[in-house]
Amino acid sequence: MSYSSGRILLSSQREGQVSRFRPWVMVVVPLAAILFQVYVPLFFQFLKFIEMPLLVVVYFALMRRNQIGGLLVGAMIGLAQDSLSKNPLGMYGIVDTWVGYVAASVGARLDVDHAVIRFLLAIFFYLVHQVSYWILEHMLLGHQSAFKIDEWLMFGVLNAVVAVALFHFLDKLREPA
Amino acid sequence: MESPLNRYRSFTVLVLVIFAQFVLLAVQVKNDQNVSVIRSWTVNAVSPVARVLEWGRHSSVGFIRNYVLLRDAGAENRRLQSELDRLTVENVFLRNELNLADRAKALESFAARIPSRTVAATVFASAAGSDSNAVLVDRGSASGIERGMGVITPYGIVGKVLKVYTMSSMVGLINDQDFAAGVVTQNGQVRGVLKGQGKPMCKVDYVPFEDKVAAGDLLFTSGDDHIFPRGFAAGVVKSVRNGQPFKEIMAEPIGLRQGIPQDVLIIVEGVHQDIPDAPQSNQAVYINPSPPAAPQPEESAAPAAPGTEADRARAQAKAISDAQGHPFGSGDGKIPDFNARSGPPAPAPATPPGGPAATPQPPAGTPPPAASSGTRRANQAAGASSGGKQDR
Repeated sequence: MSYSSGRILLSSQREGQVSRFRPWVMVVVPLAAILFQVYVPLFFQFLKFIEMPLLVVVYFALMRRNQIGGLLVGAMIGLAQDSLSKNPLGMYGIVDTWVGYVAASVGARLDVDHAVIRFLLAIFFYLVHQVSYWILEHMLLGHQSAFKIDEWLMFGVLNAVVAVALFHFLDKLREPA
Repeated sequence: MESPLNRYRSFTVLVLVIFAQFVLLAVQVKNDQNVSVIRSWTVNAVSPVARVLEWGRHSSVGFIRNYVLLRDAGAENRRLQSELDRLTVENVFLRNELNLADRAKALESFAARIPSRTVAATVFASAAGSDSNAVLVDRGSASGIERGMGVITPYGIVGKVLKVYTMSSMVGLINDQDFAAGVVTQNGQVRGVLKGQGKPMCKVDYVPFEDKVAAGDLLFTSGDDHIFPRGFAAGVVKSVRNGQPFKEIMAEPIGLRQGIPQDVLIIVEGVHQDIPDAPQSNQAVYINPSPPAAPQPEESAAPAAPGTEADRARAQAKAISDAQGHPFGSGDGKIPDFNARSGPPAPAPATPPGGPAATPQPPAGTPPPAASSGTRRANQAAGASSGGKQDR
């Protein structure tokens, strides 16, 4: 199946290509993303803004175009993040589950191989992630953190830049059709 | 036909996964009162239902008693009618007390007399579990309740707040196994720790064997435990046995003598008070608040009747002297006629003196029972007037 560079919306779900990944990729890539988030900022503080696990969730959900698969990947990665955070289990789990589900739903309707689409989706899902987490923090934990939309927008763009490069790299790990 | 769950399979899985994680979160997260969120959610969800059930039960029982079980109503009505006349006179004197017997007023009166700031609460359920000595009251964090606050009634301490939810709180009763409070005997010489045992009786621990405690001694809160201020009745010593190194003392909690109270006060701001000298059996629970003084012109304002007999006689003599134009203590050589009445003549008695009076007349100078009781209450209220406040 070929994609025209000018088309963004898919005319039907069948038109979207469902990517498949080897099992080790589904394990190693999320693990690497979580390790990146845990260890890299220890040495490079300025890379703390990169939400690598989120980008991996978005990528797998978008490319597999399976809502259940997307939300399960999100739940797993989110719970793993929670395990390594000081917050209770489930905070990242809920947010990443939600992002995975929405990303898979969007992936079934958009040409997610398009770089611009990936860039915009990465910003969008970063904002969804941050806003959802902020709401949960307020409602469940009673934290009174600020609603930093301008900072999130800036980091969303930076994450999107990383996402385009990361997605390009992860495309190479797909099983050939 | 395709089932909705199958049709919306992805969304169903999403809801289930997120719900599962919400439950996981709720198990871990604790609110400001250190209660897990899932417990708080559960109690907040169950409490209204429990209240409705209790209201329904109460209404049903009342309906059955009042409208269905009318077997003896006729006979009881005749008996009550025959007693009505006899009770009428007594009712006049008892009406104020009966009004004050209202629990809320009693609590309010009690709360006004104590210096601590309290919040009135109603017990609406007991905690789950057959062996639990805890109840749920209808005041929670929204009313300023916090974990660890003491709970009292006019009779004595009842327990302390174990868990606080938004609209309700769980109160561990004094006989709960986890309950402990510092107590001191009435003379203030013996200190110990009153502990619940899951039974009607409580144990008083850490009283050295050489200390003198006897059955019948009253125990009051010592104020050392940072739960109850000093001076609240806690229990009555029922038995004392010597032991090493501490005595084995069993005490009956006064606050639960009448069973689990329906209305309680939660101490939100404790202030120590003196341990009363008199036994608590005459603790004036139903005290009428002092009525506001009627405005009177200063010239005709009579001095307040003093307390002693001599003072009353002096006041009476002064009133008679002033009425006859001989100012009391002026030394003008004229002697007032003390046989004359100083006030308006009293109405003629219905029964002539010496007649067949059914009830013996009190001796002269003895105030009628109601006046005596009223004076006592007024004195008590005046003596106990304090800055105590009650939030309701």
